[in-house]
Amino acid sequence: MKAWKQIPAVLLLTLVSTLHALAQGSQIEMADRLREDGKIWVVVGVIVLIFIGIAIYLVLLDRKVARLEKQVKQDRDGSVIK
Amino acid sequence: MKLAWWKILTIILLVYVLVMGLVGEVPRQAILNETVRNLYFHVTMWFGMVLFLLISLVHSIAYLRSGKIESDDRAVEYVNTGILFGLIGFVTGALWGKYTWGSALPKDPKILSAAIAMLAYFAYLILRGAFEDEQKRARISSVYNIFAFVIFNVLIFILPRMTDTLHPGQGGNPGFNIYDNDNVMKPVFYPAIIAWMLLGVWITTLRIRLKSVERLLNEH
Repeated sequence: MKAWKQIPAVLLLTLVSTLHALAQGSQIEMADRLREDGKIWVVVGVIVLIFIGIAIYLVLLDRKVARLEKQVKQDRDGSVIK
Repeated sequence: MKLAWWKILTIILLVYVLVMGLVGEVPRQAILNETVRNLYFHVTMWFGMVLFLLISLVHSIAYLRSGKIESDDRAVEYVNTGILFGLIGFVTGALWGKYTWGSALPKDPKILSAAIAMLAYFAYLILRGAFEDEQKRARISSVYNIFAFVIFNVLIFILPRMTDTLHPGQGGNPGFNIYDNDNVMKPVFYPAIIAWMLLGVWITTLRIRLKSVERLLNEH
């Protein structure tokens, strides 16, 4: 089916689903409570902490490799490390 | 550490994505509810995978043209990262699907295609294991990489759009837009794609550098 022929169907679908959603208002359950209590920030904090830990590990690993590269470069003067 | 602007950007962007991914505004959708936030995590894994496999392909072709083993090293490391992201994408997708579609592994064309596509790359790794000689291994696996990449894209992009699937994208459209009415997700989604891609590149470059060092050490 040609793409442009689908436009009416897509429009109708969008209209219907938007109307449906509007009719429901805020009845679609979300984690509003978690946000109202501010507890969501606890979750955020935990996840960010985990990530910072991983990021630090990555940085340390990067440093280790850089040190190795320097060492090998020194041992074999003139070798090119890409 | 080999300091680079994009490494710092990676960390900044990922913190941004992690925070906004949880507290940012998202459209209210039936069935998905809050899980639509997985757009920033599950979906981005697959985007990343495609990028890494593409980079791997480029290096494979570079190897075939130049014969430099370093290109082959890069090719295989990007496949490794691609597979890693693909596996994560697969598992996170299963978890997401379990609680939204009701099943961790529904009979869905895209899921099946993704599994086969990943098998194609497992085969790449296994193929490499069959060769002792470095250059032979590099040559054969580089050629196979081209084939694998084509198959991968046909399976993941073309086939699922030709048929009905649970995934957004039925009958022809990528379909993220139906989930993002007011474009509230785009300011987090696009940076997320970039951030995860950068992270994958960072990890891969570390492995490549390590391999380079190993090569130099082995030359002694």
